[in-house]
Amino acid sequence: MKQSSLFDIISPIMVGPSSSHTAGAVRLGLLSRNIYGLTPKKITFKLYNSYALTGRGHGTDKGLLAGVLGIPVDDTRIKNIFDLHEANEVNYQFEFLEDFNRHPNSVDFIFEGTQKMTVSGDSVGAGNVRITNINNFPVDLTGEYNSLVLIYKDRLGILSKVSGIIQTEGVNIAAMNCERIAKGEDASMCMSLDCALNYSIIEKIKRIDDIYLVRHVGKLES
Amino acid sequence: MKKNISTFNELLSTCGQQNKRTYELFQEKEAFLLDIEIEKVRSKVKKSLDAMKEAIHIGLSSNEKSISKQCGDDCEKLQKRYKANEPLFGKLFKKITAYALATIEENLRMGKIVACPTAGSCAIVPSVLVAISEELNISEDEQINALITAGAIGSIVQNKVALAGAIAGCQAECGVAAAMSAGALVQILGGSEKQMVHAVALALKNILGLTCDPVAGLVEIPCVKRNVFLAIHSVTAAELALADIESKIPTDEVVDALCQTGQLMSPMLKESSQAGLAKTKTALKIEQRVLNNI
Ligand code: SF4
Repeated sequence: MKQSSLFDIISPIMVGPSSSHTAGAVRLGLLSRNIYGLTPKKITFKLYNSYALTGRGHGTDKGLLAGVLGIPVDDTRIKNIFDLHEANEVNYQFEFLEDFNRHPNSVDFIFEGTQKMTVSGDSVGAGNVRITNINNFPVDLTGEYNSLVLIYKDRLGILSKVSGIIQTEGVNIAAMNCERIAKGEDASMCMSLDCALNYSIIEKIKRIDDIYLVRHVGKLES
Repeated sequence: MKKNISTFNELLSTCGQQNKRTYELFQEKEAFLLDIEIEKVRSKVKKSLDAMKEAIHIGLSSNEKSISKQCGDDCEKLQKRYKANEPLFGKLFKKITAYALATIEENLRMGKIVACPTAGSCAIVPSVLVAISEELNISEDEQINALITAGAIGSIVQNKVALAGAIAGCQAECGVAAAMSAGALVQILGGSEKQMVHAVALALKNILGLTCDPVAGLVEIPCVKRNVFLAIHSVTAAELALADIESKIPTDEVVDALCQTGQLMSPMLKESSQAGLAKTKTALKIEQRVLNNI
């Protein structure tokens, strides 16, 4: 069992009113921002179920937007985010939907710009979150660790190349999970790392053949 | 200190063996876990403490409504009353109740608060801790010790049940917050570890079965006033425990009872707003109004 930290209990310092619907929303936004990694021209937020129903009353919409703009959970600007200069630089819209196959507190971020990307995630309770899909590939990313996310063609040797590069740099891999559509087809992988990777390692990994997407997603600080 | 303390029984025996207080064990454990110095742990705790004080300070002078427009001016009303009438229970009662409303109203108007353990229950520990510390001139170091004690209590309970209304009802949010506050208060007032652990049991025993049925699904009704009530509840638990009044049922067994009660509680009463207060005639009207207005 994972040992619980004091700071699971007496933090985070956050803007209210709800850990799952406000702080969780910001954190999902922050993670998605890092996964997309580019400056989006347009963002569509699709809120599902409880997020759709009670989201506006809890400032979930504000939290999600704050997160994708890189504003952290304890920033009091979140309350008036829609009036903020940064918010007016991007084109965004919210959709409120029902889908009982999805988690009660669930969201899709659809980023458009030089690239299009859909990132989905759930707010799983007490401010903890989980990114569950990137462009429909299942992933599992919580922001607890610095992580490396890859989408690649499933073939022999790719993973050992990647882990080889990481290990020669002396970075420990804490956990790893892979998913694939079928043998030989596309697959995704999330690696949890004990420390952050530097730019040159990521560039090395990007140069491996048959890897389509490489993202280093930093650990959430609060 | 690598040993995980997962029950109150283990806590008491470890405190006894090592001749240490709860806060000492937990600051050591946290330093180990995060791989930082104890002083660094304490400065992180101080950050939370300072944010709690700031929320109280700001909340006391605001009457801004929440997004739903349902709540936000109760703290102002209470302070008005206190200006005209001394509260029945004296100055400390006055401060705790006003600080609790100040904090929880900051939360609902999207102000900055400290989830303790959650946002919906964020006012219980700070209102008691800050009010007592001001009244009794408690040093900042002692306040930090008390807040670590509160965190330790929450984290031991969390070993058995997730601190979320959706999992175990409000028992696991405001209920656990009251237990944390009771224990912190015993620590501040110089009680023993044993008294602290009994205060936790006494606070928890008297909230068993507390459901989570927020009106319109928002952390407002009944959450706002519940924070005030449970802040005072925690003082009762601490006073009894300091008198060496013991819970006949050991604290760990009370936590087990809380878990079981949470499991047996209908999902309709666990944050889904499908029953209880949330489905009263008036709640339905409020829900309509809120959904149409925002
Ligand atoms: S009633 Fe529910 S939402 Fe309100 S404080 Fe309690 S657990 Fe949280």
